[in-house]
Amino acid sequence: MTGKLVLENLKNRPMRTLLSVLLIGVPVTLILTLVGLSHGMLEDAQHRARAVGADIFVRPPGSSFLTASGAMPDGILGALEKLPHVKLAVGVVNQPVQGVTLGIAGIDLKQFDIISGGFRLLAGTTFQGPDDVMIDEFYASEKGLKPGGRVSLLNHDWRVCGIFEGGKLAHIVAPISRVQQLTGNVGKISQAYVKLDNPANTASMVQHLKSDPMWSNYPVYSVQEFTALYSINNIPGLRQFVGVVIGIGVVIGFAVVCLSMYMAVLQRTREIGILKALGASNGFILRVIVAEALLMGVGGTVLGIIMSYGAWWLIRTLVPASIQMVIVHSWWPIALGITLAGTGFGALYPGISAARHDVIEALAYE
Amino acid sequence: MNNGHVIQTRDLRKIYRVGKLNVAALRGVDLAVQAGEFLAIVGPSGSGKSTLFHIIGGLTPPTSGQVLVAGQDLAAMSEAERTRMRKRTVGFVFQKFNLLPNLTARDNIAIARHIADNRKPDPAFDDILRILGIQERLDHKPNALSGGEQQRIAIARAVVNHPAILLADEPTGNLDTVNSKTVLDMLKDLNGRLGQTILMITHNPEAATYGHRTVQMRDGKIVDAEPGT
Repeated sequence: MTGKLVLENLKNRPMRTLLSVLLIGVPVTLILTLVGLSHGMLEDAQHRARAVGADIFVRPPGSSFLTASGAMPDGILGALEKLPHVKLAVGVVNQPVQGVTLGIAGIDLKQFDIISGGFRLLAGTTFQGPDDVMIDEFYASEKGLKPGGRVSLLNHDWRVCGIFEGGKLAHIVAPISRVQQLTGNVGKISQAYVKLDNPANTASMVQHLKSDPMWSNYPVYSVQEFTALYSINNIPGLRQFVGVVIGIGVVIGFAVVCLSMYMAVLQRTREIGILKALGASNGFILRVIVAEALLMGVGGTVLGIIMSYGAWWLIRTLVPASIQMVIVHSWWPIALGITLAGTGFGALYPGISAARHDVIEALAYE
Repeated sequence: MNNGHVIQTRDLRKIYRVGKLNVAALRGVDLAVQAGEFLAIVGPSGSGKSTLFHIIGGLTPPTSGQVLVAGQDLAAMSEAERTRMRKRTVGFVFQKFNLLPNLTARDNIAIARHIADNRKPDPAFDDILRILGIQERLDHKPNALSGGEQQRIAIARAVVNHPAILLADEPTGNLDTVNSKTVLDMLKDLNGRLGQTILMITHNPEAATYGHRTVQMRDGKIVDAEPGT
């Protein structure tokens, strides 16, 4: 019967209920979208790194796994290839072109094809000249580009020669020599990908490189190590940022519910008086108010989840190359818990206020 | 104190604080109501009859004096105890009906049972619904019911837990003549058939004649008591 009373109360003020649910749903969407972006971007980076097909990554001295650019002499590739078990070493120049989320990679296509198995072309051709770029399907979709189209990157006009299946290395690839020239890195590379004769030798090879004085200044990672580094804990400030957004979500949920339920209690003063006259305890009144708020919290979470799918669709449709988002199902119960905490606390003050109404004054309320 | 009385008050006083003034609403009320009695309390505005109604109903405590309802000393009870007492001992009928607007008539009655933790099936209650003539209107919400129907639902809600006393505060105050007569007839019928003790406050001398006895109040005191028709 209490449940029916709660439901009828919510149904009787549909606009208040819908607005409250919407306002609770917005921070839920915000939280799920942010978490989805964090996971999406990191998973995308991991996937791209794995798809290169290398066993070991070597980065410039002083760089970190997050650094997209940086430079080391391309002569190290020859030195790496002289090491035992090294089958091939391929250099790449990375340069951000749009914030930190989108970059161009300068590659030696022939070498890169050997290490990675090559790009799968969806349209057009591979490089036909030094000013050709190949772009993946996501960047092509985001920018509306087709083979033969022109695109300006690094203050240089490029011809789009082909569109490849995404998910490998970068969204945009160009001949390494031209990228080195345009970025002032002639004779330098940002990263070396090393293919071994047998992946089983990876650990011993990494150990060897780390202990060799010649290579000790170079950050060396196995592909497993490198991809494992892409976690929320390893991105400076990301965990704190997520925490701040969650905090904002809780505060918004708390404030919305507190205001909404306070108004509801004012509007229902007489009804509260009736319930108390019938013998309803303070606990019963509080339960009704809190249950109503929690139900709106559940509704807000469901709406927030639905709206996060909307955000996911918009990102995939509008900026598929720039940012990646995934739906993180494991965060649904967390979002629900966060919302219920915010709404539950938000309903406490109005609920206690309602429970403390003087029954005679409440019955006389017009 | 008892002697078959379901309500007994002795030297009952209630003082309200209004601003910096103390206003005496009851100035020593002695009243005894027999079980099964239908008592009408009449008096002008400000005579204290509503205050007496609230105290006997356990809605507010007295300032001093004694008030026993079904053997329970309300003056000695905490607010929580009075709230528990109201569940099964008292049924209220108000001038403005005071039905919960979001619930159907059936649910308005059901919630009174729910609050009183009254889970037992009650086939006798169907007879009450028949007496009140509201069986066909139970699935309507209050805004779809006439004033007379709403008041009959309120009466059904008031007696659903078989309370020791039914308190009616101007039950016909918002009704036309025809509906007023219907409601009063039903109260009398419930009193006669079920032996339901009823204490009714009214301004209407004609309504007061439905009681076994009428008590006149003025200036916070009972000034006259006479038998009804």
